[in-house]
Amino acid sequence: MTPPDLATAVAAAAGGAPAAPIRAALVGNPNSGKTAMFNALTGSRQKVANYAGVTVERKEGHLIAPDGRRISILDLPGTYSLRARSPDEVVTRDAVLGRLAGETPPDVVVLIADATNLRLVMRLALELRDVGRPAVLALNMIDIATRQGLEIDATRLAIELSMPVVTTVATRKRGIDELVIQIEAQAANSATAPADTWTEPSAAALRALHREAERILKACVLPPRRPDTFTGKLDSVLLHPVAGIGVLLVVLFLMFQAVFAWAAPLMDLSNAGFEALGAVMGNLMPDGLLKSLITDGIIAGVGSVVVFLPQIVILFLFIILLEDFGYMARAAFLLDKIMGGAGLHGRAFIPLLSSFACAIPGIMATRVIDNKRDRLTTILVAPLMTCSARIPVYTLIISAFIPRQQVWGVLSLQGLIFFGLYAAGLISALVVAWLVRKVFWRGAAEPFLMELPAYKIPDPMNVARNVLQRAQIFLQRAGTIILSMMILIWFLCTFPGAPAGAVGPAIDYSFAGMIGHAIQPVLAPIGFNWQMSVALIPGMAAREVAVGALGTVYAVAGADTSVLGASLAHQWSLASALAFLAWYVFAPQCASTLGVVKRETNSWRWPIIMFCYMTGLAYVASLIVYQTAVAMGAG
Amino acid sequence: MDPVRRIADTDLDGPLETITLVSLADGRRGFSGYIASVDAHAPVPGGLAAHELERRLLEMGFVEGARIEILHEGFIGRDPICVKLDDMRVALRRRDARGVMVRPDAAQ
Ligand SMILES: Nc1nc2c(ncn2[C@@H]2O[C@H](COP(=O)(O)OP(=O)(O)OP(=O)(O)O)[C@@H](O)[C@H]2O)c(=O)[nH]1
Repeated sequence: MTPPDLATAVAAAAGGAPAAPIRAALVGNPNSGKTAMFNALTGSRQKVANYAGVTVERKEGHLIAPDGRRISILDLPGTYSLRARSPDEVVTRDAVLGRLAGETPPDVVVLIADATNLRLVMRLALELRDVGRPAVLALNMIDIATRQGLEIDATRLAIELSMPVVTTVATRKRGIDELVIQIEAQAANSATAPADTWTEPSAAALRALHREAERILKACVLPPRRPDTFTGKLDSVLLHPVAGIGVLLVVLFLMFQAVFAWAAPLMDLSNAGFEALGAVMGNLMPDGLLKSLITDGIIAGVGSVVVFLPQIVILFLFIILLEDFGYMARAAFLLDKIMGGAGLHGRAFIPLLSSFACAIPGIMATRVIDNKRDRLTTILVAPLMTCSARIPVYTLIISAFIPRQQVWGVLSLQGLIFFGLYAAGLISALVVAWLVRKVFWRGAAEPFLMELPAYKIPDPMNVARNVLQRAQIFLQRAGTIILSMMILIWFLCTFPGAPAGAVGPAIDYSFAGMIGHAIQPVLAPIGFNWQMSVALIPGMAAREVAVGALGTVYAVAGADTSVLGASLAHQWSLASALAFLAWYVFAPQCASTLGVVKRETNSWRWPIIMFCYMTGLAYVASLIVYQTAVAMGAG
Repeated sequence: MDPVRRIADTDLDGPLETITLVSLADGRRGFSGYIASVDAHAPVPGGLAAHELERRLLEMGFVEGARIEILHEGFIGRDPICVKLDDMRVALRRRDARGVMVRPDAAQ
């Protein structure tokens, strides 16, 4: 029997039918401890999905009250006001007001407040009071408030706000029982809640609410006797124009190292594991289509999902630690001017930096950006950053075509080209972001208006839970789409099989071969021969697969890429090789990235836009490179 | 609300005409005072409509009578700024702070 069944049975045995389940929704300012409260209430009984039609995450969980009643808890995006300013906040407002299509209105609204920072949440509490739905106020972080010697008259506060007030410590699970009792008590009033008559408050109404909040605060709260001075002291270093930037660079460098280098052994391990598994299966099974499907399609496909996991876990560990500590907002403050110049939000630096390792964790990390447009712009440019999967391709071509010589006596020409490719990716990302801002989303640039929360030591359990949740979301949602794309690519490269007695590699006879041959005329102006064109199709699996794919079409077997390099050096002109490099700077040669964009934006529109603009850029860049090189005699 | 009333609202002492208000956007590090008025008359170029910005500022706690002090400035062009607003810390860009008028402390 699962716990809910058990609870229902107990309630039934106690005489009396089990009472109908209660629906509660959590509302609160950002950084009030809402996520911690959600975890404290529901433990691991949670489910993350998306709201219909929007990219906003829907987190729901449930608990069983001591009397056996089931309470489902909906965690709503953090907000300062019911007057929504972002898609996330629209969800919060509509859920609270019961306007959200496909959602039953909550019986009780639970307002989570940071007890040490009540000013803004007081106004939200008044807004909720005026809406008239049953509500409970949880004064969270009461441990910190007590340490600071802050005194809150909870009884008076409850009268002023006409809602019960409980004190809680979400991270220590203190006060949760009392909160549950109050939720149950308030749920009884939900039938008599007034109809929804809410309208947007005007500036004058906001001022009035502020004055009312101020009066209540004066009446109920004595200022802290030992206010937090730690945050101020730390800020004078971390926000210092010189020291602050220094610390930021160290943090960024560590994060980059972690995602780039620390994840590598784990990724290699996972790659080797899946290759070994593929080899074992290959030996066990007779040759044929089924073997190919299992080893080349499914095992390789699952492997290509799992290989991202170390990077995702490490990246989110950093993000969640920095977020919980309170540093994320500071970093955004320090970088706002630079990122803002390209039309990006200060917080976009995390996704972009991560994208140097891999665009997949980078795109998943765009969640740190609240504003939808800022987030979409960042998603669109993230794949332009030079990810680690491009390195094998760059290495192959550069070592085969660029002579090992020194420039100005000190710099290696090969290294210089390598650096140039990185720079091209970075600069084009900033330019594209700027263009998107200027051309498509002219007008309403969001103001940068952000609370800098007090520093807090992150709670290890909370961090672990959130990191695991991210990993799970990745495997469940991004994983399925990546896997299906991998199987599709396998299918294209395998069917139809080569006819009996065929010469040349089998891929040449497959759909992938046909597509490659069909697009070759279009690619001729950029110097691609049919082998290169065919290799682009399996190369959609991941950028580094292009190396293997070229090996396949040129029928150069073996793991040693220098053989392949030598063979390419024979068959390609320098101009074609340079055009191929330029192509790989820009082209969307990664089905997984497109799949993740689809998942994160909840529509095919954005991956299609991304595919088109990146292909266009790649084509133009390769065309310029190829034609220039030919004109200079490298054709 | 007309400007005179708004100033009167914040219980400032002294004759009205001697009060010089300084925009938060022009303050330097260490600048402090009380907010005398918040209204974004002029829309920010490329930004939000004025009335929307005003409401956002109000929602963040930039209200008449609030205590304000500039704690930190960005390193390029001293932008954005980090202010202490009553007992919380808020970061914003100078261009969005234009409409926040402050009555500076006497020492300044
Ligand atoms: N000391 C203490 N820390 C808490 C308490 N509740 C939450 N925290 C910490 O406060 C920080 C923010 O908590 P979150 O749960 O992430 O806050 P949130 O409201 O979900 O924040 P957003 O995700 O930005 O909306 C984390 O470091 C938590 O560990 C509490 O009751 N006491």
